[in-house]
Amino acid sequence: MNHPPSSQDTDARPPQQRLRITFAKGETLKYISHLDLARTWERVFRRAGLPVAYSRGFNPRPRFQIAAALPVGVTGRVELMDVWLTESLLPDDVRAGLQPVLSAGLEVLEVETVDLRAPSLQSRMRAADYRAAVHSQEPIEAIRTRVQALLEAAILPRQRQHKGKLQNYDLRPLVQSVDVEAGHGGGCTITMHLQASPQGAGRPDQVLEVLGLSMVPHTIERTKLHLDFDK
Amino acid sequence: MNVDNVLDRILPTVSKPGRYTGGEWNSVVKDWGTCDVRWALAFPDTYEIGMSNLGLAILYDHLNRLDGVLAERVYAPWTDMEQALRAAGLPLFSLESRRLLAEFDAIGFSLPYEQLYTNLLNMLDLAGLPLLAIERDERHPLVIAGGGAVYNPEPLADFVDAFALGDGEEVVEDITAAIREAKHGGKSREVLLRRLAQIDGIYVPRFYEVSYHGDGTVAEVQPTVPEARTPVRKRIVAMLPPPVTRPLVPFLDTVHNRAAIEIQRGCTRGCRFCHAGMVYRPVRERPVQEILAAVDEIVANTGFEEIALLSLSSSDYGQIETLVRELVARHGDQHLSISLPSLRIESVSVELMEQLQATGRRSSFTFAPEAATERLRGVINKPIADEDLLAVVEEVYSRGWKTVKLYFMIGHPTQTMDDVAAIVDLAMQVRAVGRRVLGRKAQVNVGVSTLVPKPHTPFQWVPLAGEAEIKAQQEYLKEYLRGPGLKLNWNNYQETLLEAVLSRGDRRLGAAIHRAWQLGARFDGWSDQFKVEAWRQAFRETGLEVGFYTRRTRPLDEVFPWDHLDAGVTKRYLARDYEASLRGETRLDCREQCYACGILSAFREERAKLPQEAWGCPPV
Repeated sequence: MNHPPSSQDTDARPPQQRLRITFAKGETLKYISHLDLARTWERVFRRAGLPVAYSRGFNPRPRFQIAAALPVGVTGRVELMDVWLTESLLPDDVRAGLQPVLSAGLEVLEVETVDLRAPSLQSRMRAADYRAAVHSQEPIEAIRTRVQALLEAAILPRQRQHKGKLQNYDLRPLVQSVDVEAGHGGGCTITMHLQASPQGAGRPDQVLEVLGLSMVPHTIERTKLHLDFDK
Repeated sequence: MNVDNVLDRILPTVSKPGRYTGGEWNSVVKDWGTCDVRWALAFPDTYEIGMSNLGLAILYDHLNRLDGVLAERVYAPWTDMEQALRAAGLPLFSLESRRLLAEFDAIGFSLPYEQLYTNLLNMLDLAGLPLLAIERDERHPLVIAGGGAVYNPEPLADFVDAFALGDGEEVVEDITAAIREAKHGGKSREVLLRRLAQIDGIYVPRFYEVSYHGDGTVAEVQPTVPEARTPVRKRIVAMLPPPVTRPLVPFLDTVHNRAAIEIQRGCTRGCRFCHAGMVYRPVRERPVQEILAAVDEIVANTGFEEIALLSLSSSDYGQIETLVRELVARHGDQHLSISLPSLRIESVSVELMEQLQATGRRSSFTFAPEAATERLRGVINKPIADEDLLAVVEEVYSRGWKTVKLYFMIGHPTQTMDDVAAIVDLAMQVRAVGRRVLGRKAQVNVGVSTLVPKPHTPFQWVPLAGEAEIKAQQEYLKEYLRGPGLKLNWNNYQETLLEAVLSRGDRRLGAAIHRAWQLGARFDGWSDQFKVEAWRQAFRETGLEVGFYTRRTRPLDEVFPWDHLDAGVTKRYLARDYEASLRGETRLDCREQCYACGILSAFREERAKLPQEAWGCPPV
C-alpha cells in the first residue's frame, strides 16, 4: 500500500523565526489553567494559520513557550510567550493575523522578533509583580501592621499542592516586597513583588492568606514579569 | 443578586471553575432584549461530557441561527459547585449571559442515557423551579427533553412537560413557533401544551392516562385530550441538514476535545441489542463533497487539532475510502488527526486507519465483537467468523498497533458459561497472534459490559441477567483472563441494574427517581458518585419492585409503557426478529435486502420526495 507523504517531512523544517508575544489574560480566562491556556493558544495559532514549527518525534507538538504560569483566578496584564515559526513574517502582520481569532479574554499587546538562540523565557524568569484589590472594611493601619509583621517574619511556613500531595514550604524567601495603600473605591490595594524563577515562585493568594485577607472579596492581577535581561 | 459578584466569591473554592465561566470560542451571545424566544439548552452531566455531545451542539447552532431566538447553555454543576450555589443562594444560570434559568422561555434537556435522570431533577431544583410539571405554569420555563433515552420517557413523565422524539433539527423550530405564539397571545401553559401535542414528534405525557393490570403490567395508555395522538411517531429529517461548522472550542479539556462531523445517521446492521441501531433509522449519508467542504471550514473556524467522523458504523459509509483518501490528501500535512470510531472487524478498517495514522504513534485499535462464539454472535445478529476476526487482528498488529481493544457483553439471551469462557479463549488467541507478530509488546485490553435490554429493540422482551449469574461470570473472567499483555475491565452490576430499571420503566418510577434524588442521588453514571443505598431506599419506600422491571421475561403480547411511542420500527418486526434470534438466524445488512422493519411505511411520504439513494434502504 502506498503511504501518503509523511508529515515527518514538515516536522523537520527548522524554525526560521522566533517571535515574542506580549499578551494579557483577562477576566474570561482567569479560571483557565496554564495547560488549558497553552491549548487555547495552540488553537489560536491554528485559526490564524500561523506557520508554527513543530517538535520532532512520534508526537509532534507546536513549539511555543509561555514564560510563567499564572495562578488560577489571577489575571495577567503583561504576560510573555515565545513562538517559533517555519518562515519569517513581519511582527505587525502576525499581530494583525492573531487579532480576529483571539479567544475572549486574550489580548495581544506586542509582537517582536527575538534571536532564535536566545535563552528560554522560563530560564530567565526572576520575579513577578502582583496587585490585589481587596474589598476590606478594615482600617488600613491594621493591614499595614500585618504586612510589617509578614516582612519581619524569619520564616512563613505554608502548604501547597505538589504532584497531588500537600507539601510544606517556606513562603518568606519568595516574598521580596509587599506594600499596602488605600484603594480607590474603599478597601485597599496590596502590591507584591514575588520571586518567580526556576528555583521557586511565590503565590499571591498565599501572601493574602498570611495577611488574613484570603476570605475577603478580592481580585488579583499580575502586572509585570521581571526577566534577568530587564536590568 | 449579582451573579458575577457571587461567582467571584465561590469559583475560587470549587474544582475546575472554568466549567462555569463560558466565553468559549464560537459561543454565541445574542441580545436578550431583541430575542423573544429564549432557550436554555441543558445537559445534565458535567461540562466535559456535555461539551462533547453532538446533539446539543447541533441544536445550539440551529436555534441561534433563527432571528429573534437565542439559545444558551447550562451543564450539571459538579457536587462541590452545587453545594457552593446552594450555600450562596445563587440559582442555576446560563453560561452565555449568566441569566437565571427561570428567566428563559424553555429549558431543553438533552438525554442521551438514563443515568442522567436525577441530575435533571437536580438542575430544575437548582434553578428554583418546581420539579413536578403540573406545579409549573406559564410563569415558569417550559421543560422539554429529547435524545436517545426519551424513546421511553415514562420514568420522567412527572417532571418534563413535553418530550421531543427523534431528530431535533426541525422540531425545535416548531416548538419555538408555538412558544412564541403562546407568549404573544398570553396563552396558558395548558393551551401551549395542547398545541405542542399536535406537533409531529412531540409527546406531552400529562395528556395520557396509563391503566395497569393486577400484575402491574400496563393495560392501556389512553389520550385524555383530543389533541393528544396515539401513537406519537418520532420526527426525522429526510436529509441531513448542513453540519455545524462553527462548533464551540472549549478551554477545558473535555471528554472528546475535538471537532466532530456526522457523516451518516442511522445504521443498517440490525444488531439486536443496539438501541441506536433501531431508533435512528433510516440511514442517511452526508455527501462526500459536503463533508470535505465542512471539514475545511471547521478546521479554519476552530483550530481543533483533531476531527472525528461520526456515525454508528463508519465502515458502512458508502464512500468511506474516497472520503478518507481525500481528507488525508487535503489535511495530511497540517498536524490534523482524523479519527474514525465504530469500525467493523474487517481488513478495510485496518487500511483506513493506516491511512489516517500514516505518522505518529499507533496506540490502540478497537473492535467490538460483543460475543465470543459464532453461535452467540448469530443470536445478537453481529456475525463474524473467528478466523476472520483473527486475520484482521493479525493485520492490526503487523501494521504497528501494539494494543487491540475488544469489547464484549455478557448476559445475552441464550448465553451459557461456554460463551463466557470463549471470551477468555478468544482474548488468548488474539494475544497469541500479537505475540507471534510483535512479541511481548502485544497487548489485549478486554472490556466486558453487561447487556441492558433496551426498549424498541428485539431484546426488549429479554430479562436482565441475574446478579449472581453475572458476578460468577465476572469472577470467572477475572480468574482466567489475566496475565502479561492482558487487561480486563468490567461494570458494577448495581450500576447496570439501575440503567436496566430506568430503561424499561413506566411512569410509576417517577416516585423512586424523585425519592432517590432527595436522598442524594446525583451523577448516577459516575461510579464514584453512584449511591446504591439511596436507590435501594427509594425503591423500598415507594414500594416498587426492581425485579419486576428488570428480571422478567416479558410475554410477546405484553403492552409496554413505551408502545404508544413509535420509533418507526414496528413492534411486530421486533418480535419476529427476537424469535429469529432465539433460532440463531441472522439478518445481514439491510441495505442489501429489506426486512420490512417498518421505517419505510412510517415515512413513506418523506421517502417519496427523495431520490432513491438518499436513504440506505434498498428499493422495495
